[in-house]
Amino acid sequence: MLAYTLRRFVGAWPTLLVLVTLSFFMVRAAPGGPFDVEKNLPPEIEANLAAKYHLDEPLWRQYLRYLGDLARGDLGPSFKYADYTVNELIAQGFPVSLRLGLAAMALALLIGLPAGMLAALRQNRPTDHVTMALAMTGISVPGFVVAPLLILVFAVGLGWVPAGGLDGGIRSWILPVVALALPLLAYIARLTRASLIEVWRSSFIRTARAKGLPLRLILLRHALKPTLLPLVSFLGPALAGVITGSVVIEAIFGIPGLGRYFVQGALNRDYTLVMGVVVFYGALIIAFNFLVDLLYALLDPRVRYS
Amino acid sequence: MDGTTSGIEAPRPVIGRGLWSDALRRLRRNRAAMTSLVLLGLLVVAVSIGPWLSPNAFDGSDWDAILLAPTWTGGHWFGTDFLGRDLLVRTLHGGRISLLVGLSATLVSLVIGVTWGATAGYLGGRVDAVMMRIVDILYALPFMFFVILLMVFFGRNIFLIFIAVGAVNWLDMARIVRGQTLSLREREFVLAAQAYGAPGWRIIARHIVPNLLGVVMVYVTLTIPQVILVESFLSFLGLGVQEPYTSWGALVNDGAQQMEAGPWLLVFPALFLALTLFCFNFLGDGLRDALDPKDR
Repeated sequence: MLAYTLRRFVGAWPTLLVLVTLSFFMVRAAPGGPFDVEKNLPPEIEANLAAKYHLDEPLWRQYLRYLGDLARGDLGPSFKYADYTVNELIAQGFPVSLRLGLAAMALALLIGLPAGMLAALRQNRPTDHVTMALAMTGISVPGFVVAPLLILVFAVGLGWVPAGGLDGGIRSWILPVVALALPLLAYIARLTRASLIEVWRSSFIRTARAKGLPLRLILLRHALKPTLLPLVSFLGPALAGVITGSVVIEAIFGIPGLGRYFVQGALNRDYTLVMGVVVFYGALIIAFNFLVDLLYALLDPRVRYS
Repeated sequence: MDGTTSGIEAPRPVIGRGLWSDALRRLRRNRAAMTSLVLLGLLVVAVSIGPWLSPNAFDGSDWDAILLAPTWTGGHWFGTDFLGRDLLVRTLHGGRISLLVGLSATLVSLVIGVTWGATAGYLGGRVDAVMMRIVDILYALPFMFFVILLMVFFGRNIFLIFIAVGAVNWLDMARIVRGQTLSLREREFVLAAQAYGAPGWRIIARHIVPNLLGVVMVYVTLTIPQVILVESFLSFLGLGVQEPYTSWGALVNDGAQQMEAGPWLLVFPALFLALTLFCFNFLGDGLRDALDPKDR
């Protein structure tokens, strides 16, 4: 187990390096540069700007410089947000996205798990069909449709909650969290249902039922753990995705999270900002996948790593 | 004529129950999937011929009807937008583009994914390890990052969007196909083909890929809605279809910005988009249930 952990840990670094390399050269290969918007800059100023950000160096030196900075945890200065480093921008945006994402994930689990279990126990009956149809709706209707509709009904129409921003206290969090949680919730419910149906057929459940255990105990003591196992591999990457911020939800609700930097950075050719967000996100995904694998080994004694 | 045949029943012709006839039978029994299939058929017909039947052009303005609410009598069943353009025609026209994007991008991802996965799975060993490692690394890249960069490269050409989205969406397909190929290549018919000296590419094309059809079909049905979503998302960012052309994503985005002035601008395109995704997902689920040998 320890050897496996170490090997996986070591193996994660080349993946990250390839990720950094690939995205570095892809960003640079895109036409246009970070200072194209300011038109008619005198050539001297342009040269100065280029020199300040080392854009006048050959690409391979810039690449090595970036790797060197990265090794020290420095993601460089932002090109567009003058006076800000990418580290600062991420440190500003990430906590917001993180809290939003965790709240959404908690909500999704809180509703998705029981809903999936209920559907599984009522397999092929109306409760099951209705729950799964709702889940399918959650998966099919994209965030940028749900979010405006939620705003239209609950903010504009009923006036219960603010339409955007996070300044209005807990009530302003409700809509973004719900919008973010809906697709997650739907996936969790579907996975839970499929998993529990599988588990419910196994002999140890039949034994538990035969000896007359109440349903609640069968579920909690016998069925819950094996049901959750397949979910873990979904939840790892899903959690990484949801805490790094949704571009759409943050744009619609005007939330100062991490998601917006990503698109803005790419459009503005803010090389360091895009790279920073990509590397941050990639590292999180890799880390979460790593954790999921370890968690698997801990939770499921049948999994053996050699 | 009863007398002549009494006592002896003519033997019923034996109807073979192969994978496909079996699957078709199951699919027919799945009401949600069949309803979805019919709805999708209707939708395809509507977006194909609908815009021609309407007196309004998708990019033509009716200056007497700016931001008109939906009416039965005014000639604009879905209302008009702030330029007086008929929303029904625009929704149908946008549907053409959304569906086209979905189909062609899926086709691209299908070709790359199946080729990659089948090759890796069939050759196995070190080649397999390297090829799947590449897939793993690409997995760690944020998908949208790829698409946005490709959009920047290709300068917002709608036909290149198809290819760009397909070109980054083949990873799941490759993984699934590889897994299936790993077990297929151990089968007798592959051994037979190897024994009479068929080259590797030929075995993949003629013996492996046809046997993957079931899995691939399910996955294609589930990829189309994903791709339509990606296109909508790009349009939402303003990177997708350019005016006066439109897609469901672009329409939903426009509608969301004006939902206080004209909620119908959001509701109708959103309804079409959601319904389509809904149907594709239900159909894909139905196909999976129908083709899954586990429950047999």
